[in-house]
Amino acid sequence: MAFQEEHELHKRRFGRNLGLGIVLALFVALVFGLTIVKVGGERPQPAPAGAPAATEAGK
Amino acid sequence: MTDTTSVFENSPEAEFGDYVALLKPRVMSLVVFTALTGLLVAPVSVHPLVGFAAILFIALGGGASGALNMWWDADIDRIMRRTRNRPIPAGKVSEGEALGFGLALSGISVVMLGLAANWFAGAFLAFTIFFYVVVYTMWLKRSTPQNIVIGGAAGAFPPMIGWAVATGGISVESVLMFMLIFMWTPPHFWALALFMKSDYAEADVPMLTVTHGRKATRTHILVYTLLLAPFALALAATSIGGPVYLAASLVLNAMFIAGALRIRRRDEAAAEADGYRVEKRFFGFSLSYLFLHFVALLAEAGLAQFGWGGW
Repeated sequence: MAFQEEHELHKRRFGRNLGLGIVLALFVALVFGLTIVKVGGERPQPAPAGAPAATEAGK
Repeated sequence: MTDTTSVFENSPEAEFGDYVALLKPRVMSLVVFTALTGLLVAPVSVHPLVGFAAILFIALGGGASGALNMWWDADIDRIMRRTRNRPIPAGKVSEGEALGFGLALSGISVVMLGLAANWFAGAFLAFTIFFYVVVYTMWLKRSTPQNIVIGGAAGAFPPMIGWAVATGGISVESVLMFMLIFMWTPPHFWALALFMKSDYAEADVPMLTVTHGRKATRTHILVYTLLLAPFALALAATSIGGPVYLAASLVLNAMFIAGALRIRRRDEAAAEADGYRVEKRFFGFSLSYLFLHFVALLAEAGLAQFGWGGW
């Protein structure tokens, strides 16, 4: 049993909260995805075979 | 209980859709399309997710400036028939809410674009929001009949931002894409003003039709249409142009100039007699004109993937 009468305002407010929740969830997913792309892009690549190794003397 | 009910009945609490309406979704669609074109035709490839995020935040920045525009213009939006149902004049969103919403989204979109793409693109978006809200909405719109001309720059920046997302800078191609929209905006809006005359006059917005008369507006439409053509055609000679774009641009400009000539030749009596048919058709065609120019640029970029695009 509901404690108080459900008003049309509550429905409007629920719709707004639900919309905001979905937007925030998508935003979090997007930031996570961007982080993976950005961090993944900066992963050091192994030197190709035969390439001279970088040493202090090579500077 | 009666008090509570009356508070509920008079509550201006908005629905989710009212906040979406504050972002001017229809204007946003143009921003998304032109920014996406600027991004796709650029010679530097971008990771799809970064590109998606960049377009999303450019659109969000455009929407934020739309909300700030509605906050500042709420007084005239109440008067004009076309804008009377916007969330603020309709009493669904308060002016303070729209201001906070616009400012917050501006900050989020600029910072996120800077982080996702590069800080040049982020700064460019910030400048665009500033230009639309402060230079156009607050300053020029109500003070000069050239409001549309200079204010049109704000709507012309998105392809440059899209290009900047990919390349991190500006080049002749992105400047010409800017000029295409910049020079197109005045004839597009003046044609609208010719058949929406009473609205602007009632709101005291100094549209050219109100300050200089309708004959002068017809002349201005023709002059700007003629000035637009060289910029549109010049894009064909750049690295993003090609024979497909050149052919499309030649046809579209010929049709646009022909329409402007028809508008110039008419007087008010003739326009009133047929319900501004020529002006309305010119306005409708102006949308296709811009859309098809950008489609032609996309076609050149698409053909280039198969070694066919460009010169």
